Amino acid sequence: MSAIANAPAHDHHDDHGHHHKETFITKYIFSQDHKMIAKQYLITGLIMGVIGIAMSILFRIQLAWPEQSFWVFEALLGKWAPDGVMTPSIYLALVTIHGTIMVFFVLTAGLSGTFSNLLIPLQIGARDMASGFLNMVSYWLFFLSSVIMLSSLFVEAGPASAGWTIYPPLSALPQAIGGSGTGMTLWLVSMAIFIASSLLGSLNYIVTVINLRTKGMSMTRLPLTIWAFFVTAIIGVVSFPVLLSAALLLIMDRSFGTSFFLSDIFIQGEVLSHQGGSPVLFEHLFWFLGHPEVYIVILPALGITSEIIATNSRKPIFGYRAMVASILAIAFLSTIVWGHHMFVSGMNPFLGSVFTFTTLLIAIPSAVKAFNYITTLWKGNLQMNPGMLFSIGLVSTFITGGLTGIILGDSTLDINVHDTYFVVAHFHLVMGISALYGLFAGVYHWYPKMFGRMMNKNLGYIHFWVTAVGAYGVFFPMHFIGIAGLPRRYYTNTNFPYFDDYADVNVIITVAAIITAAVQLVFLYNFFGSIFFGKKAVQNPWKSNTLEWTTPVEHIHGNWPGAIPSVYRWAYDYSKTGENGDYVIKGQDFVPQTVPLQDKEEELNH
Amino acid sequence: MTVFLVIIVLALLAVTGWQISKIFEMSKRPDADTSQIANDKDNKLNGILMLAFVIFLYVITIYCFWEYGRFYLPEAASEHGSEYDTLMFVSIALIMVVQVITQGLLHFFAFKYKGEKTKKALFFADNDKLEFVWTIIPVIVLAGLIIYGLFTWSDIMNVNTEEDPMIVEVYAYQFAWRARYAGEDNTLGKANVRFIEGVNQLGVDESDSYGKDDKIVTELHLPVDKPVLFKFRSQDVLHSAYFPFFRAQMNVVPGMITQFGFTPTITSEEMRQSEYMVEKVQSVNEERQERNEELIANGEPTLDPYEFEYFLLCNKICGQAHYNMQMKIVVESEKDFNAWLEEQPTFGSVMADQSKDVDRPEDTSGSESPASEGEEDAEGEDNTNEQSQESEAVAVVEKNN
Repeated sequence: MSAIANAPAHDHHDDHGHHHKETFITKYIFSQDHKMIAKQYLITGLIMGVIGIAMSILFRIQLAWPEQSFWVFEALLGKWAPDGVMTPSIYLALVTIHGTIMVFFVLTAGLSGTFSNLLIPLQIGARDMASGFLNMVSYWLFFLSSVIMLSSLFVEAGPASAGWTIYPPLSALPQAIGGSGTGMTLWLVSMAIFIASSLLGSLNYIVTVINLRTKGMSMTRLPLTIWAFFVTAIIGVVSFPVLLSAALLLIMDRSFGTSFFLSDIFIQGEVLSHQGGSPVLFEHLFWFLGHPEVYIVILPALGITSEIIATNSRKPIFGYRAMVASILAIAFLSTIVWGHHMFVSGMNPFLGSVFTFTTLLIAIPSAVKAFNYITTLWKGNLQMNPGMLFSIGLVSTFITGGLTGIILGDSTLDINVHDTYFVVAHFHLVMGISALYGLFAGVYHWYPKMFGRMMNKNLGYIHFWVTAVGAYGVFFPMHFIGIAGLPRRYYTNTNFPYFDDYADVNVIITVAAIITAAVQLVFLYNFFGSIFFGKKAVQNPWKSNTLEWTTPVEHIHGNWPGAIPSVYRWAYDYSKTGENGDYVIKGQDFVPQTVPLQDKEEELNH
Repeated sequence: MTVFLVIIVLALLAVTGWQISKIFEMSKRPDADTSQIANDKDNKLNGILMLAFVIFLYVITIYCFWEYGRFYLPEAASEHGSEYDTLMFVSIALIMVVQVITQGLLHFFAFKYKGEKTKKALFFADNDKLEFVWTIIPVIVLAGLIIYGLFTWSDIMNVNTEEDPMIVEVYAYQFAWRARYAGEDNTLGKANVRFIEGVNQLGVDESDSYGKDDKIVTELHLPVDKPVLFKFRSQDVLHSAYFPFFRAQMNVVPGMITQFGFTPTITSEEMRQSEYMVEKVQSVNEERQERNEELIANGEPTLDPYEFEYFLLCNKICGQAHYNMQMKIVVESEKDFNAWLEEQPTFGSVMADQSKDVDRPEDTSGSESPASEGEEDAEGEDNTNEQSQESEAVAVVEKNN
C-alpha cells in the first residue's frame, strides 16, 4: 500500500524545483504548509491557554478569600466586580469559560492540532497533508471560533455560565441565568464552528496516515505518536458530530420554541410552553462526545510521551504492540463509557451497572500503558532533557489521576463524591495536567524542528520542577475536601459553617495555583525568546530515529530537498546491539528508520 | 496611564533580564557546553531531583491523610451508608497501594538509570510473560471491585417497596427546597408546574383527593430507622439533592420524577454528641472565633457559633445562588417526628384557608361565578394531559427498579 502511496508523492517532488512565489500572506497567514499551520495552532493555543489559566487564578482567589475586594478583579472584571468583589454570576461565567477554553481550545486544538499537523507528514514521510487547503481552512475556522468565544466575554449579560457541560434547562433559559442569553448563543456558534474545524482536521489526518506513508512505512512501523494522532482523529470523527447535533437541538430549543430538552418548567412566575423534552437526553448526547473528548485530549499526549521517553531512555518503547493495542482498546471503550458521568442523573440504575462495568474495563489498557512506560525507563540511559522530564511527570500524574477514576467509575462510590472537588481533582490530574505536560514535552522536544533553534534547558528545568510540585500542591489536597462533601462550582462555601475548617486548604490550593501559573511565564519567556535568540539547532539534537530528523533544519516546502526517504525498520532501534555486543552502527546508539538492515542484523517482528 | 507605565517597566525588566543572560553567556568559557541538550551533570541533578520528588509525593500524601483525613464525613447516618464507606475504604486502600508502588518505581528508575556518557541502555523491546502478568492482575482486581460495587449498587438503588417506605417529595426550585409529606395515605397527590398559583407553590393538583392530606414544609424531618423513599421534582432547572451525611444523591430533573430511598439510622442529637462531631464543631467554632476577632476589629457584625445540623444541598449548577441552596434536615425519634408532623397543616386546609381569604372580600357567599368555573374547567382539561404524562413518568421510574 505504501508503495502505491509513494507514487503521487514522488510526482509532487518533481515539480518541486519551481516554487510558487511566497508572499508574507501566503507564508505566514493563509499558509497551506503543515509546519506553519502547526505553529499557528500552537501559538493560538498558547494564547488561549494564558487566558484560560488566568481565569482559573481569578476564581481561585475568590475561593480562598471569598467576597473580599481585590484590585485585580476591579481591573479585569470591571462591572462584574463592584468595589473589587467578584459577583456570583461572573464566578460561574469564569468557571464555565475556563473549562471550555482549556478542554477544547487548548488541549484539543492546541495539543492535537499542533502536533498532528507537525508530525504526521514529517514522521510518515509525506510532503504535506493530504489536503493543504482543508488544513488551512481547519485552522482558520479554529481561529474564528476562538475569536467568537472570546468576544462572548464582552456581551452585556455576560458569557455562558451554565458550566462547560451547558446542561439545559439552565443553558437554555436566559431567565434562569444571565449568561444564557447572547453569551450562550455565541458559545454555541463558536463551538459549532470549532467542531467543523476539528472534523476537517481529523479527516485530513486520517486520510494522510492511511494514504501518504512513504515506502516501507507499514502500519506496524509507525511511531506511536502517529498511532495516537490517527486513533484520536477517528474518535473525533465519531463523537464530535454528536455534540454538534446536541448543540443544534439546543439552539432550536432556545430560539425556535422546540422542546427537545425542556419540559414542565415554571420560571419567574410563568409556565413555559415547552413540553415533553428531557434534559437527560442532552446529558447523553453531551457525554457521548464529552467522554471520548477526554481521550481526544490525553491520547496525543500519551503518543508524544511514548516517543520522547523512548528517545531519551535510549531504549525501545517496551511492548510496542501492547501500546498500539491499548490505544485501540481505549479508543473503542471510550465510546461506551459516557454514562459514568450520569450515575445519579435519574437514568435507569441498570444502565449504571453497565457503565460501571465498561468504565472499569478501560482501566486495564490504561494500566498496561503505565506499566510499559515504567519498564521503558528500567535499565535505560536516561537523558534528562526538559521534554523527558515532562514525559515522566505525565506518567506520574496520569497514574495519580487515573487511580481515583476507579472510585468515580464505580457507580456506588460516585453517589457521594459526584460533582464534588474530588471529581475536580481527578480530572484535572488525569487529563488536564497530564495533557498539559504532554503539550510541554512536545514543545520542548520538537521546538528545534519547529523553529530551528533550541529552548534554554535550564529555564526548562525550573519550569518543570516548580510546575510538578505546584500541580500536586493544587490538586492533591483537593481530593480531601471533595471526599468531605464539598460541592464544586460554589461561589463561596461560607454559607455552610460545616465547611469552615476547609478554608485553610482552599488558601493553600490557591497559593499553589498562583505559583504554578507564575512559573508558566518562564516558559512563555523561554518559548518566545528562543524563537529569536535561541541557540541554532543541529539537525538531530536528540539523536532520534524518526523521519522528521532527516529533514533539514531550515523549513522547506515539501519537507525533504531530494526524494522522500524510504523506511527499513521501526522507529525504536535504540541501543540495539549485534551478537558481538557492539551497536548496530558503530559508535552510535541509535539506528534511524532510513538505515537498511545491516549484515546479520535480525529484525524484530513487530 | 498607570497601565502604560507598568507595561514599560515590565518591558524594561525583560530587556534587563535578557541582557544579563547575554553577559552570563559571554562570560562562559569557550569550551562550555551550550548545546541546550542534557549532559551528564543535568542527568545527575535531575535524577536526584526525581528521587526527591517521589519523597515529596509520599510526604504530602502522608501529610494530607494525617491532616485532612479527618475531613472525611462522619460515620454514615443511613443504613446503606456503612456499606458505602466500607467499599470506599477498600478502594482507597487498594489505589494507595498501587499509587505508592508505581510512583516509587517510576521515580526510582528515573533516578537509578540517569544517563551517563559511558553507559549503555538495555535493548529490551518485549516480554509477553511480563505483559500478560500485568494485564491479568488489573483484570482480576478490577473484576473483584466491579462485582463488589455492583452488588452494593443494586442494594442501594433497588428500593424495597415491601417495607412500605414513607414517601416524601423533595421539591427544588431556584434557589431553595421544599418537602412534601404524603400524609396518612402515604400517597402523594398529583402535581404539575401548571397548577402553581398563589400559595400552591408546588403545583399540587387540588382535584386529586390523595393531595388533600399532603403536608408541605420547609425543613425535612425524618423518623430514625424508618425507610424513606424520596421522590424528586424540579420546577425550573436541573438541581441535585445531595445528602452527604446519608451517602445519598440524586439529580432533580424538570419534567421527570427521580427517586432515591434510604433509612436514616442516627438522630441529629446523637450525631451532635458523637465524638467526631464534638471535635469538628469545636474546630469550626475556633475558626469562626478567629474570624470574629477580625470582624470586630473592622466593626462588622460577627458570626454566630455553629451548632451541627444535617443538611441537604444542591450539587448541580443551577444559577447565581447555587452556592446557597440548602435545607435543614432533622432526624428524630418516631414520636418526636409524629408530633412535629401533626403540627404541620395539610395542603387541603391551606387551600381552604386561602380560598376563605380570597372569598371574603368578594363576598360571593361560597358559590363561585359561572365564568370562573368555566375557566377552571378549561384548565382542568389541559391538566389531565399533564397528569397522565406525569403518572407515566412515575411508572417508568418505578418499573426500572
